Amino acid sequence: MSATTLILTTLVLAAASFLWGRRRSLEVAATAGGPRALHSLPVHYGAMVALWCALPALAIIVGWKLFEPIVVTGLLDEALPESIRAAGEKRVELYRNDIDNLVARGDVADIADPEKRQVAERLSSLRGIASAALAVLALAGALAGAALAARRIRPELRARASVERVVNFFLVSCASIAILTTLGIVLSVLFEAMRFFQQVGFLDFVTGTKWSPQTAIRVDQIGSSGSFGAVPLFVGTLLISFIAMIVAVPFGLMSAIYLAEYASRRTRNIVKPLLEILAGIPTVVYGFFAALTVAPALRSIGGDLGLSVSSESALAAGTVMGVMIIPFVSSLSDDVITAVPQSMRDGSYGLGATRSETVRKVVIPAALPGIVGGVLLAVSRAIGETMIVVMAAGLAANMTANPLEAVTTVTVQIVTLLTGDQEFDSAKTLAAFALGLMLFVVTLCLNVIALHVVRRYREQYD
Amino acid sequence: MANHDDTLHPGADPATGNASQVSSTTTKVRSSLTKRYAAERRFRWYGIVAIASSLGFLALLLTSIVIKGTPAFTQTFLQIEVTLTEDALGVAADATPAELRRANYAGVVKSAMRDRFPDVDGRSEKKALYGLVSTGADYQLAHRVAADPSLIGQTVSMWVPADDELGALVKRDADFTDPESLQTRLSDQQLGWASSLVEAGELDVRFNSTFFTNGDSREPELAGIRAALVGSAFTLLLTFALSFPIAVATAIYLEEFAPQNRWTDLVEVNINNLAAVPSIVFGLLGLAVFINFFHLPRSAPVVGGIVLSLMTLPTIIISSRASLKSVPPSIREAARGIGASPLQVVFHHVLPLAMPGILTGTIIGLAQALGETAPLLMIGMVAFIVDIPQSMTDAATVLPVQVFLWADSPERAFVEKTSAAIMVLLVFLIAMNAVAVFLRKRFERRW
Repeated sequence: MSATTLILTTLVLAAASFLWGRRRSLEVAATAGGPRALHSLPVHYGAMVALWCALPALAIIVGWKLFEPIVVTGLLDEALPESIRAAGEKRVELYRNDIDNLVARGDVADIADPEKRQVAERLSSLRGIASAALAVLALAGALAGAALAARRIRPELRARASVERVVNFFLVSCASIAILTTLGIVLSVLFEAMRFFQQVGFLDFVTGTKWSPQTAIRVDQIGSSGSFGAVPLFVGTLLISFIAMIVAVPFGLMSAIYLAEYASRRTRNIVKPLLEILAGIPTVVYGFFAALTVAPALRSIGGDLGLSVSSESALAAGTVMGVMIIPFVSSLSDDVITAVPQSMRDGSYGLGATRSETVRKVVIPAALPGIVGGVLLAVSRAIGETMIVVMAAGLAANMTANPLEAVTTVTVQIVTLLTGDQEFDSAKTLAAFALGLMLFVVTLCLNVIALHVVRRYREQYD
Repeated sequence: MANHDDTLHPGADPATGNASQVSSTTTKVRSSLTKRYAAERRFRWYGIVAIASSLGFLALLLTSIVIKGTPAFTQTFLQIEVTLTEDALGVAADATPAELRRANYAGVVKSAMRDRFPDVDGRSEKKALYGLVSTGADYQLAHRVAADPSLIGQTVSMWVPADDELGALVKRDADFTDPESLQTRLSDQQLGWASSLVEAGELDVRFNSTFFTNGDSREPELAGIRAALVGSAFTLLLTFALSFPIAVATAIYLEEFAPQNRWTDLVEVNINNLAAVPSIVFGLLGLAVFINFFHLPRSAPVVGGIVLSLMTLPTIIISSRASLKSVPPSIREAARGIGASPLQVVFHHVLPLAMPGILTGTIIGLAQALGETAPLLMIGMVAFIVDIPQSMTDAATVLPVQVFLWADSPERAFVEKTSAAIMVLLVFLIAMNAVAVFLRKRFERRW
């Protein structure tokens, strides 16, 4: 029985136990003077029995599946040919994988090599025994649990309390997943990055100015020692983010000011959702547009003006990224601008200021912390944005501040380093995790500062 | 506020003013008014320009994609007369299905082309002639014969896909008599054959069903989005199945039960930060934890679904909490008053009332997940997938990754495929957002 069918069977059993528990509670109640004699509702008794049925069985299945591979491998190793076992751990592992693939392909009896056939037969018989044993154990657990719980049903049994304890536990563990995720990100990235920094010094990484991650495949190969100076990547990331901000901040801020201060209710209701569409378009679409429409257009305009524009210029990627971020800046600024109390505006009008003067001299200064927070969040988005730069910015790690040249970014390098086929412990792949660590730390700092600033500001006016 | 001049200074002309009767401050103010009003108008215009250019960019983006993508929904077909003799195919009429699959269909198609243009001679010329038909013709013929083996021995007339370059020319009604203007990699000789085919009515443009039924292919005219669509469906299904219950449970706990303590604060800070972590970092998490540590299969929707659900969790949690918060306390108090337990209050009263808002947030979160590409590149869902994935553990790709892959292809015909795939993706996103807006408008209660 496969794990999926087993789990489904358990769930069906649990559903049946629910009905059983409910009926039994009513039967018990009938002898004690009707349903009112019960401490809890009949559904609670049903739910209790169902939980007693499903939880032990699921625990058995999960535990078994965690340990099965270890035990099966251990038993299988005894069946391996002597020559293989003598050849060391690496060879044994290869052989195991080989057998695994043969078994996965089906028809063990067709395997030509008699030695291999024997091992493969042993493996599939072990697996057969394991899965049969698991099925028996899990189903027995389910039935025993349900029977035990059903026998305990008495009118005074506090079924609701025990069901609610389980539900409460479920709620708490779901809430903890957020922490587990953060922990998972930090640990996985940090762990792999540490392995990278054992091979390449941390200082070389953050201060080196040459990035060419091609490491030699063979020891005697020439000219590809690989150097991991990440400064060009940081410069490229900052350049593109800066261009994006030059586009996004004025446009986003002015749209927000117009929508909040000038536009009629009707215009606002139409324009706001339209701007939100810009935020809803997948980044891969922006990337396609940047690479196929914006970059060639910039190139030909640059050609007309006598400038040489690279076909993967930072300008194209940055501009399109800026447009993507406009709605982000505009909706965050819109929120803080509308949160500025009307009395401040009225005071300004009373002194004879025009609307634009009120906006520039009163509303914006009052909303500034919130706007800065929003811009910081936008910067962190620009730094972490991947698809636009992967498609429209280049791979060449140039260290330049010229927006017409091709630059590369941290995210582009992570993608290129990890999408090829290479061994997982080479410096090249591990470098991606070191870059990921940098990315995570920088965006985390920006977010924490931004959230802090925004929250401080909100408290001021609420 | 629109007309300051009249409302603020009735009777007086603000520009010139009656200087002798007013103080010097007023004079100064009046003389500066023209400038200030001009500044006011300029400022207003900045706002209008900012909005107009943002929306203009949106319009430009969408039209450019629609214009580029529309041709991909049609395909050019070529009519050929194939003679299915046993000799040519290399199989007998009563062959087994396995033998039929191995028969020489390519040869039959080639000879059909030779028969159509009998004066073609020489190796390179013949090769150029065969280049007009897509390799998809062989598969199509094989399919037909497999479905009906009695065709062997007959002459069949059928429409098969044309080569992508030729197809593109026919689709835009190119003038074959003027080869200079065409900018194509087809030779003049091939164009000559093509124009005679057009005149004979043996080239036709029809709806491209291949695009919706095929997986990826190296040949643009055979490439389709079916595999990517199925992959997206599997991934999204898992994302929903994982993120919806977990997010709702988290939101309920934080909003209704969590005590005010450090643990709760930590959870809240974590959720807010996760919402702003770059998506590619979630990809690194998926690669390091689920693939390298738990040994889940690479390139499979299982890992994609898990990673995307971790990514969408904060979005759904935040909107679910807002929705739960908007249910007035009187509902809770009334339920408590008639003896409901805290959990009964939440599950019988608060949650159903908050559900429309929660579902809206969920759909928006899933729409984000549907368009997400970067984390899936990390976990290897960037493979070349021809076969339609059958389960959560098969190698698969998703729609946005397919867009990314095609955008990288050098063939010009893939540009229209890419745009068409983007159109399909956008249609799904618009539909999901429309459902979300509908839910909000139809069911949301204001208290």
